[in-house]
Amino acid sequence: MSIEKFITLKSPCVPLPIENVDTDQIIPARFLKATTRDGFGENLFRDWRYDKQNQPVSDFVLNNSLYSGKILVAGKNFGSGSSREHAAWAIHDYGFKVVVSSFFADIFKNNALNNGLLPVQVSEGFLKKIFNEIQKDTKVLVEVNLENQTITILSTGEKESFEINNYKKECLLNGYDDIDYLLSIKDKIVEFEQSRTV
Amino acid sequence: MGKTLFDKVWDSHVVTQIEGGPSVLYIDRHLIHEVTSPQAFAGLDQRGIQVFRPQNTVATPDHNVPTLDQHLSIKDQLSRIQVNKLTENTKKHGIQLFGLTHKYQGIVHVIGPELGLTQPGMTIVCGDSHTSTHGAFGSVAFGIGTSEVEMVLATQCILQPKPKKMRITINGKLGKGVTSKDIILYIISKISTSGATGYFVEYAGSAFTGLSMEGRMTVCNMTIEMGARGGLIAPDEVTFEYIKGREYAPKGKDWDKKLEYWKSLKTDKDAVFDKELVYDAADIEPMITYGTNPGMGKGITGSIPSLSELQETERPTFQKSMKYMNFEPGSKLIGKPVDYVFLGSCTNGRIEDLRAFANFVKGKKKADSITAWIVPGSKQVEKQAKEEGIDKILEEAGFEFRQPGCSACLAMNEDKIPEGKYAVSTTNRNFEGRQGPGARTMLASPLTAAAVAITGKITDPREFLAEV
Ligand code: SF4
Repeated sequence: MSIEKFITLKSPCVPLPIENVDTDQIIPARFLKATTRDGFGENLFRDWRYDKQNQPVSDFVLNNSLYSGKILVAGKNFGSGSSREHAAWAIHDYGFKVVVSSFFADIFKNNALNNGLLPVQVSEGFLKKIFNEIQKDTKVLVEVNLENQTITILSTGEKESFEINNYKKECLLNGYDDIDYLLSIKDKIVEFEQSRTV
Repeated sequence: MGKTLFDKVWDSHVVTQIEGGPSVLYIDRHLIHEVTSPQAFAGLDQRGIQVFRPQNTVATPDHNVPTLDQHLSIKDQLSRIQVNKLTENTKKHGIQLFGLTHKYQGIVHVIGPELGLTQPGMTIVCGDSHTSTHGAFGSVAFGIGTSEVEMVLATQCILQPKPKKMRITINGKLGKGVTSKDIILYIISKISTSGATGYFVEYAGSAFTGLSMEGRMTVCNMTIEMGARGGLIAPDEVTFEYIKGREYAPKGKDWDKKLEYWKSLKTDKDAVFDKELVYDAADIEPMITYGTNPGMGKGITGSIPSLSELQETERPTFQKSMKYMNFEPGSKLIGKPVDYVFLGSCTNGRIEDLRAFANFVKGKKKADSITAWIVPGSKQVEKQAKEEGIDKILEEAGFEFRQPGCSACLAMNEDKIPEGKYAVSTTNRNFEGRQGPGARTMLASPLTAAAVAITGKITDPREFLAEV
């Protein structure tokens, strides 16, 4: 099996300048009852996006037609809390390919990478710049280049590089999947099991 | 250079190291539940493969299950389908299941330790962030996502970058009415919910070694709330004593051999941590949270911060949280009215927590304005509580003793705190909507929860303890 390949992306952004966005907000627990991976996008940020009568909350960014795009830009410490991979599925299913923040929670980062959703960690300063540019022009384009590990605000040309470990980068560029890799080294795993003493 | 306890356990489980990438880490114990496993099993089916080492995985339904009338079929259709899927999948792949009516069913992080499945020196994972609980035994235990659940089912390994190491040392004696829950809420309030992201934390010092296993589990459980991958405490006599004789604990010669190994599981004197923090036990008072993440906590006699105390960048998030909680910045915590009290969860749903709560409310009466749910962490906890007469004490004081599960900790079953209501909860997360849409959660220890249940408002449990 394989994940979706990621090479470069040029897209306007959806800004969410809130810190500590936890996975309970990304996808509330009551929507975790599915037994497949599909359809979670519908309930992405459910309780911020809809009111109690299930009417769209007009000032929430996903309901604002001025904003669109495949890049979600969020405040620091994005994805804290529960290990639910459903959070990454929901963001991806909604149509995002990249999440930009100045800090990511660990489990979320792994989950995102395992689903072809690229977490791009930028400096506080650069994050602020992106928010500022979006404020000036809601359609401002941002380019994420995985090969070069750079993120660029196209209107100003400002650029920053981001970190990703080589292995994960290769996986995303080629659409490889971790499980295929692990299955391919099964002999090593058996050898390890046999070598253990305690 | 010496090794930390974490290094010793981690390094001995590395099957192979990918250049510039993660380790392939072998997993000794894999726990699964109904919510984060169905898609992983579906993945195996798609690949046309079987579970590699079914004997290393144990399953139980906990997140979705009702806490009343568990012998009846689950009413909520989607929950029922998920729980049934777990039964089907475990049967198909030969995995041990402690199903809903089984005597060992319970919250996955409560049953692992009580069955002796959790042991020092192991690597333990589960598709649940509070897997960190098991670190209390000196194991490397952490939560994983569903893709990783699939990896473990398929190969008994996962790919994982090695975290950095942090040590948090607290020496000294805890004050009266100050519990393990207060220690961990205190630490998180100091370092924030992202203060330990990227780290694995070792707890050291007399404030931790003086705790029971239950207390240590509470601390390690909430380690994830400061962003850490997990937390652990070196195993000692208290640990060994706890494990001995449990259902899946090693026996006879095997026990002796294991014990010898377990005793070696300590951080070497010359080992170096990437970060060290030190606090004093005497500075900790009973804690309670006032906001919408676990780092927004204070000593119970304190006040909610006022805007002027905060950095400008922190203010919007803080104000959003105050609006949600309907709290006034700067106001006092003590005396605020409360509607619900929840005792339970993998943080504080163990026998010691029930005992502490019951001892406190014994001979007193629940405040009329309070609705209280007391939910044991497992069938075994429930049984023991009944044997000790805890259920009777609770009933006499006006409390209802329910059946085991995650319950109002994440409100996936019917146990939801209604919108706008205030709950003092012994759980681990006070996120918006965590205990039900619009629910307002304040995290605290079982003792504080008991005091609140009696008075109907935020109360310092020490006021009562002084009487004794
Ligand atoms: S009790 Fe709460 S935190 Fe623990 S496993 Fe269940 S839902 Fe998660």
